[in-house]
Amino acid sequence: MFASIRSRLLLIAALVIASVYFLFPRNVTIRERGPSGVMRDTVVTRVPLKRGLDLQGGMHLALELDQSKQVSADPKKDLDLALTVLRKRIDEFGVEEPLVQKVGDNRIVVELAGISDPARAKGIVQRSAFLEFKITNETGALEKALPAMDRTLKGLGIKGQAQPEKPSAVQQLLGGDTSRAAPKDSPRPDTSRKGTKTRKDTAARDTAAQDTTPVPGGVLSGLIQAAGPGGVPGEYAVPETAFPRVDSLINLPAVARQLPRGVVLRWSAAPTSVGVQPVRFLYALEDKSIVTGANLVNAQAQLDPLTNGPIVTFELDRAGGRRFGDETGKHVGDYMAILLDGRVQGRPPVIQSRIGRNGQITLGGKSLQEAQDLALTLKAGALPIPLKIVEERQVGASLGSDSIRKGITAGLVGTAMVILIMLVFYRLSGALAVLALALYILFTLGALSMVDATLTLPGLAGIVLSIGIAVDANVLIFERIREELLHGKTVRLAIDEGFKHAMNAIIDSNVSTVLTALFLFQFGTGPVKGFAVTLIMGIIASMITAVFVTRTFFMIWLNRRPALSTLSI
Amino acid sequence: MLRLFGHANYDFIGVRRYAYIITAAILLPGLLFLLITGLNYSIEFTGGTLLQIQSKKAVDVASLRTGLDREGVPGAEIQNFGSQNEYVIRARLAKPGTDANDTQATANAVRHALDRVLGAGNYTVARTEAVGPKVGGELRQKAFLAIFLSFFAVLAYLAYRFEWRFGLAAVIATAHDILATIAFIGIMRLEVSLTVVAAVLSMVGYSLNDTIIIFDRVRENLHKHKQERFAQILNRSINETLPRSVLTHGTTMASLIALTIFGGEVIRPFALVMLFGVFTGTFSSIYIASPVLMAIEQRWPGPAARGHLAPKKAPAAPPSRKPQTVG
Repeated sequence: MFASIRSRLLLIAALVIASVYFLFPRNVTIRERGPSGVMRDTVVTRVPLKRGLDLQGGMHLALELDQSKQVSADPKKDLDLALTVLRKRIDEFGVEEPLVQKVGDNRIVVELAGISDPARAKGIVQRSAFLEFKITNETGALEKALPAMDRTLKGLGIKGQAQPEKPSAVQQLLGGDTSRAAPKDSPRPDTSRKGTKTRKDTAARDTAAQDTTPVPGGVLSGLIQAAGPGGVPGEYAVPETAFPRVDSLINLPAVARQLPRGVVLRWSAAPTSVGVQPVRFLYALEDKSIVTGANLVNAQAQLDPLTNGPIVTFELDRAGGRRFGDETGKHVGDYMAILLDGRVQGRPPVIQSRIGRNGQITLGGKSLQEAQDLALTLKAGALPIPLKIVEERQVGASLGSDSIRKGITAGLVGTAMVILIMLVFYRLSGALAVLALALYILFTLGALSMVDATLTLPGLAGIVLSIGIAVDANVLIFERIREELLHGKTVRLAIDEGFKHAMNAIIDSNVSTVLTALFLFQFGTGPVKGFAVTLIMGIIASMITAVFVTRTFFMIWLNRRPALSTLSI
Repeated sequence: MLRLFGHANYDFIGVRRYAYIITAAILLPGLLFLLITGLNYSIEFTGGTLLQIQSKKAVDVASLRTGLDREGVPGAEIQNFGSQNEYVIRARLAKPGTDANDTQATANAVRHALDRVLGAGNYTVARTEAVGPKVGGELRQKAFLAIFLSFFAVLAYLAYRFEWRFGLAAVIATAHDILATIAFIGIMRLEVSLTVVAAVLSMVGYSLNDTIIIFDRVRENLHKHKQERFAQILNRSINETLPRSVLTHGTTMASLIALTIFGGEVIRPFALVMLFGVFTGTFSSIYIASPVLMAIEQRWPGPAARGHLAPKKAPAAPPSRKPQTVG
């Protein structure tokens, strides 16, 4: 087909032009978050060779559904839902060419290149962003349940730490109430233990009613204090130091059972300092949510014109707005807690009038960026089930550019040595092989850019290695030509025979290498996949250059010197 | 012209018994050593947490270790990495009481310990890897599968292009290379990472390359020199391909030495494994693949080994090679 020198040169020229075209710096549009927090497109000019996370710097996360706290009814559906939500969030986050994809049946892989704040990105990926609005409990359900909870704990053998505290506000405030509440609260629909337990509970409650000083060993009563008169109903303060302990205690099933139905306990998102001691607020809330984030259509971060603190304004859809309006209309004068992922945000505000479709969340003491992140995750929607990170790989940008620099140095030194060896051994023919090697490097990079492959650190090492191996085909051919010359063949015939006889060995050895590379590609992860791709591209390019290109060079050489009787090889 | 080993005529096959002894002398102690010490798997395969940090000041390794113990991450490995204030911290065990497959708790504990000991802002994290044991197990499985399957694919290809005797000999030589390389990795205490697995597979490809070049010559010489004995043909083929071997190994080693010296800390294990692979690949092509081919040929002689187009020598030879391919 390509018998004439002219057609061969044309093909080589076409390959060179194509490679240069694919490697030519071009404009790439990047979606970025500008300084004002608004997404915008920026145009950058650069070589269109994609660098892997290990060269560019970036983060790779593998996520799975975390069913330790919440069991998924349909994991497959929930994962697909989570995937959509993550896509939206990452899109808004503004990363160049992000990758969000499902791997296998139970995993989502997120790859973010060149991010500067990995902790923030992780937060955005992992935050469930489940928004709820609940009315605080106004019947004092927790105070009433506290003595029973303490007795349960005592029954379980859990004693309070010796806390030299004055009679807690809870008892001061509500001492006698517990006995009145007892008949109403204690006969819980608990058929198995009803008889004995109710009797015991009532008896114990009577004791508590007589004694307003702390119940001996009353763990929770000592730690949980009502906010006091004039405070938000259903709000209790717990010393920040005791927060983890109280949290684990109230979550014990036996203790949680003491709370009346329809009431749940939720913590505030952050500690507040009251006086000298930081405290964490615990809220008793009506379980039924007025409305959830599922009804949200828009969210935006802003600075509150009054306080200059960050707020997130939101807009509900029509149905959500109607329900929100109805419920808030019913609860004018009550307090409404705004919960994000089960934590109360800020202190619950009082409902002053019926609220429609628009509302706002005040974030005390947070940065505008955090408000922006919250708005972003709220808008993208909540994750159906929390996600846990099962794999994290993160490379700093400086380490990445360091790797590129080292790889290029190694490549240059390696190439120089290979060129030297080829010139010393094969002289003028070696020079032709070196020319072919230069084309080899160009073709390999061009092909990588064409198939949109990702260049990784092992891939870079693969290219350096393949420079050493790429000359093998030429070596095979040259050795063969030398043998033919030794057998007394003419230059022309020796070259023909040399190429012909070397072909078998070249094809067989390259096919077996491609086979191993294919398996590497199939089973490897990111960086190793990159290595396999460079290996495969390198082999194809070396077949083209060593066989086709060098052959053409020889043809030109012979054409110019038809009377050639000795070959510089 | 400059030609190394241009007219070589060494009796490679004749000294094969010495080669076997050398092989055994290298492989047996190497594998014994491996059995005792085991391989040093990377975080990717075992699961665990790795942080590579660059500190602004000198790092007191002992106090860092105490700090890690206090955060509930005992038994962490702290290793100097390249330059003076660059360290790699590996915590293979998850922080007790946390879900090991949720890699974040342990990674955060390590960061807390660093904040406490070095001071936040006094160091930068250049690289983080946190892999749950489940993911690690999957990766390990995939790596073994890749090596195993590529093995069979190559065997099938060689059986198709040559015949099963050549394929079997090549695969036995490759198995030798893999064992020798694993022993090398163990003795050098190199960390078995995905990159090193990639190096082992490339080494397999490279060594196969070498074997195939020789076998290709064997096939050709079987046609050309029908009178010669098989051992002579093997010797002739190895000697004829010797100049090519020397030169190609030379250029490959030049690239690999450049990678070892200039390529940086992360890529060095890859380059070292490949460098070793060049030696063992060359050795096995000459001293394992060829003698094994001869042994197979003696055990299961067949007309096919004399080349597809070779005329049948004697009527006694089996008319078909099907029964042998089954065996």
